[in-house]
Amino acid sequence: MELIAALTVGVLVAIGVWLLLDRNLVRVVLGVVVLGNAINLAVLTAGRLGGQAAAFVPGGVVPEAAANPLPQALVLTAIVIGFALFVFALAVLKRTREEHDSTETDRITRVAEAPAPDLPADGKEGA
Amino acid sequence: MNAWLVAPIAIPLVTLVLCMLWRRNPPLVAALSVLGAAALTVVGLALVGKVADGAILAGQMGGWQAPYGISLVIDRLAAAMVAITGVIGLATVVYGVSRPGDPAVGRDFHLFVQGLLTGVCGAFITGDVFNLYVWFEVLLIASFALMVLGGGARRLSGTVVYVFLNLLATLLFLLAAGLLYGATGTLNMAELAVHAAAGEVPAGGIVAVVLMLLAFSIKAALFPVFGWLPASYHVAWTPVSALFAGLLTKVGVYALIRIVTLVWPQAGLAHEVLLWVACFTMLVGVLGAAAQTEVRRILSFHIVSQVGYMVLGLALATPLALAGAVFYLIHHIVVKANLFFIGGLAARIAGSERLAAMGGLYAHAPWLAILFAIPALSLAGIPPLSGFWAKFVLVKASLDTGAWIAAAVALITGVFTLLSMSKIWNEAFLKAHPQGEGALRRATGSAPAYAAVAVLAAITVAIGLAAGPVMAYAVAAAAQLADPSAYAGAVFAAGGR
Repeated sequence: MELIAALTVGVLVAIGVWLLLDRNLVRVVLGVVVLGNAINLAVLTAGRLGGQAAAFVPGGVVPEAAANPLPQALVLTAIVIGFALFVFALAVLKRTREEHDSTETDRITRVAEAPAPDLPADGKEGA
Repeated sequence: MNAWLVAPIAIPLVTLVLCMLWRRNPPLVAALSVLGAAALTVVGLALVGKVADGAILAGQMGGWQAPYGISLVIDRLAAAMVAITGVIGLATVVYGVSRPGDPAVGRDFHLFVQGLLTGVCGAFITGDVFNLYVWFEVLLIASFALMVLGGGARRLSGTVVYVFLNLLATLLFLLAAGLLYGATGTLNMAELAVHAAAGEVPAGGIVAVVLMLLAFSIKAALFPVFGWLPASYHVAWTPVSALFAGLLTKVGVYALIRIVTLVWPQAGLAHEVLLWVACFTMLVGVLGAAAQTEVRRILSFHIVSQVGYMVLGLALATPLALAGAVFYLIHHIVVKANLFFIGGLAARIAGSERLAAMGGLYAHAPWLAILFAIPALSLAGIPPLSGFWAKFVLVKASLDTGAWIAAAVALITGVFTLLSMSKIWNEAFLKAHPQGEGALRRATGSAPAYAAVAVLAAITVAIGLAAGPVMAYAVAAAAQLADPSAYAGAVFAAGGR
């Protein structure tokens, strides 16, 4: 079980990194998602798989083959956080497409490297 | 006791909620935000007073005994960091209340600043690795929104770099936390320190710690993973980049110091690697700055080079070096944020932040020139300002341990820093404005910004003149860092409720 999970994590990380290295921002966003899910699975696997019984402890006796609740709690937190960040990344992607008319990372990041524009004299958009 | 522990997180969080409730009333939001940041400063200073005698405040959240509950721990270093966070937060929101055309008005600037302060304070006082990850995420999502505040193609461009590289670092941190739990069965920093002291951390745990340090290095912008910082910090609105410059990379440095001192209190292979990383970070940062021609881009590269000094202190691992790192951390946050603020004010008057398009500020705004000179000279390490003592201690610690190369690099970096600062001085302040005197503007509505800058400059001078007490505090903080058993003892002694 652990071996299958570990292999899955490996494959997912490979796909995630491959997507992250792409020059298209859409694929970079997807890469972050795939990588994030791979890591969630890795965290779950690192905390032992295979426990079947719910981790409630009736009368102070830990049931045989109890699942480890801690990695589940960690991953649940990470999934929620990852979802929020994914939504933000999507918003950035949408605005970037609108402002730059492109999703090509090279072209987008070059804009920040251009010389700083002068501040307009009317005080709008101040420093 | 628990109220003191929770206060650094609760104050900005409550302020955030209040700001959200009255967000249709921008003046009230600004007032609440300033009040909240002031309260955080006061609590931070009170905490410094409470832990100055060597006590370590610790408590378990949720009522579970360590290592099962989430521990919050405030030692000398954490208390100082909370206080300085309050100061920089206060300066930022005061700078941000000023003018009608600014992105802060009617938008969510104050909300996100308070959110960021919540995350930063949480990261400073948590005693649990996964909780540290959560606080990193809190400050990260707030910083994403702040970075892009005001919008525009240029800002989005910098934000894309900032968002994706920081997301990657956080994912690495999450993976490291998961692997660490798998290998050692704990995420509590105190228990981790106990395991490490007993030599019980398995090889897999060490790998997880190293992966975690890599994630922190990306956050702290260490060589060779600093590229995102100078590619993004200069596009944000001035108070935002000042806040980031002061606090964010330093959260990474703090996390590095915390984990390295808990896991490896004695110098070893990790310290040797960090020593080389520190040297390269100092040199590459300062050389990168030499090639830049815009105020904030120069300053951004200097953040990188200065972070190298702090890591140098950590890498040398002697009590004096650690004290130097702590002192440097405190001094640097104030100075660096202030330089960004002053750069923003200079741009308001000169109409640009490109050095070629600036000039005449010394004649036109002599007070700003003096205010610039104080942190700039301090950054370069000119006595008697705060930066001199920070550098002096680090160079002495390097020489004491025979790290001649590190000492030489630190001194060379200081010279180049002075060169960069005099470049800004000559171009922006001394030289005549290329379009003549008439092109200089009145920076209307900048009084709060000037006040913030003046107070930060006064703090820099005060740290320089009262270097004795501050250094004594730093030495005491370093002594606590060098003895993880006291940290662990305090955490385990703190009951479940």
